[in-house]
Amino acid sequence: MKLITAIIKPFRLDDVRNALNEEGVHGMTVIEVKGFGRQRGHTELYRGAEYVVDFLPKSKIEVAVDDERVEQVIEAIIKAAKTGKVGDGKIFVTNLEQSIRIRTGETGDDAL
Amino acid sequence: MTLCKTIGSPTAAIMSDKQNQRPGGVIMGSSVLATLLLGVALLVPQAVGAAEIDTGDTAWILTSTALVLFMTLPGLALFYSGLVRSRNVLSVLMQCFSIACMASIVWMVCGYSLFATDGGGMQAFIGGLGKSFLAGVGPDSVEGTIPETVFIMFQMTFAIITPALIVGGFAERMRFSSMFLFATLWLLIVYVPVAHGVWGGGWLADLGFMDFAGGAVVHINAGVAALVAALVMGNRKGFPRTPMPPHNLPMTVMGAGMLWVGWFGFNAGSAIAADGAAGMAMLATHIGAAAGSLAWMFREWIRYGKPSVLGIVTGMVAGLGTITPASGFVGPGGALAIGIAGGLVCFSATQMIKRRFEIDDSLDVFPVHGVGGFLGILLTGVFAAPGLGVFSGLGLPDGATMGSQLGVQALGAVATLAWCGFATFIILKIVDALSDLRISGDEETEGLDIVLHDEQGYNL
Repeated sequence: MKLITAIIKPFRLDDVRNALNEEGVHGMTVIEVKGFGRQRGHTELYRGAEYVVDFLPKSKIEVAVDDERVEQVIEAIIKAAKTGKVGDGKIFVTNLEQSIRIRTGETGDDAL
Repeated sequence: MTLCKTIGSPTAAIMSDKQNQRPGGVIMGSSVLATLLLGVALLVPQAVGAAEIDTGDTAWILTSTALVLFMTLPGLALFYSGLVRSRNVLSVLMQCFSIACMASIVWMVCGYSLFATDGGGMQAFIGGLGKSFLAGVGPDSVEGTIPETVFIMFQMTFAIITPALIVGGFAERMRFSSMFLFATLWLLIVYVPVAHGVWGGGWLADLGFMDFAGGAVVHINAGVAALVAALVMGNRKGFPRTPMPPHNLPMTVMGAGMLWVGWFGFNAGSAIAADGAAGMAMLATHIGAAAGSLAWMFREWIRYGKPSVLGIVTGMVAGLGTITPASGFVGPGGALAIGIAGGLVCFSATQMIKRRFEIDDSLDVFPVHGVGGFLGILLTGVFAAPGLGVFSGLGLPDGATMGSQLGVQALGAVATLAWCGFATFIILKIVDALSDLRISGDEETEGLDIVLHDEQGYNL
């Protein structure tokens, strides 16, 4: 099992969700986050007072999948989240030791 | 405002005592006598009519009073609280709300009396205490063509908004108790004498000083007090390097819209009548607001590359503050010129105070209200004059030329600035000695809402 963490532009969230749904992924966690990478921040101006805003709003998605589906899920996320401009985000993949469905007590792939 | 229609004639303001004893006021018990007097009134309408209540005037000033209170609560309160950081949103709302309540009571206790009644030997500078606790004011008391109760209420709403405007100068760092004490003393020591001097038959009224709805009394006063407060208290922690962006601009825009509408009561109500002067004042006010908004928007667009929402609403306040003293004296063309001048000059003043001098007048009260009010007072002397073609005004006081009137206007503006600056400084020093003006650095970081009020604006 792998945990796929994707940080994407917030306005691509619905597209990513739909793409993952088509891949048979029926659950995910979404968190509103702030951060910066190569896109850096932007400038805000209030009555002439200039502020550089370093942290931009992004959406962070966490999806747990079985090992066979990792590549296709990653591809689906990339396809749906890509705009081609700086700031499209990143995907991290980590090993997942265990998963448990609380209601039934199922474990491993059955719990995904 | 009493004097707006009769510049240079201070008796207009102080006529209510006599009118309280007018025949119509004491005959309610006897219908026979009333019928008899009604007959007399019909026979000689002019003799009685001079002191009669005009229902049209009364209806409009009742409405205007509500509009001007609406400017402070919730207009200004929303406008200001959207501009601070979220941890201080309640403190600003609380300051505006408590000032509204405090000023109402002070006005009732002695503020109105000191503003409107004859001060005897001190009449040039302050009124008397004869109407303390509004003694002798009843449903039959008359001021001009409206009930005195309505006049008291209308003037009260001006005494509410003026100290509330100062809140923007010391926002996000002043102790509530100190703020409350300061606002109370300031209302009595600064606002009341200036209002009396201009509208209550005092020395500026005698000179023919033209301030229709409060360019000096409200805007110079509040702006200068905010600047002095910002200087005495010092900058907010981290200013100007730490970002302090507004936490809720939609709230500010809502408040700005309410201010614009409320300003119709502020300016057109200052005619103290429902007549052509009120209509012209409303027209001038509206044109001034629109012109100020656009002037700021285009200036900012050119200077920084983008037109901003905060910019256009700030330009609106600048245009309105600048047109305020002129609103009953100028025509539509003059209002357009004054509004544009207000937007452009206040924009530059804001950049200068904030960026060049790095003075933390937190919500820009001085560059918008103080500078706008000062500019408006001066331009009133110009655009009130007839003979300027499409920019002609409604006329200067008898015997005045544009030059002489400009002199009077400058004198009144500088005198207001000087008294307000001096007295505000002294009051702040006294309050600081009694209870610290500022909260501590840690408390400032934590936010005034939690530290001073044990509440949070947003429990999301």
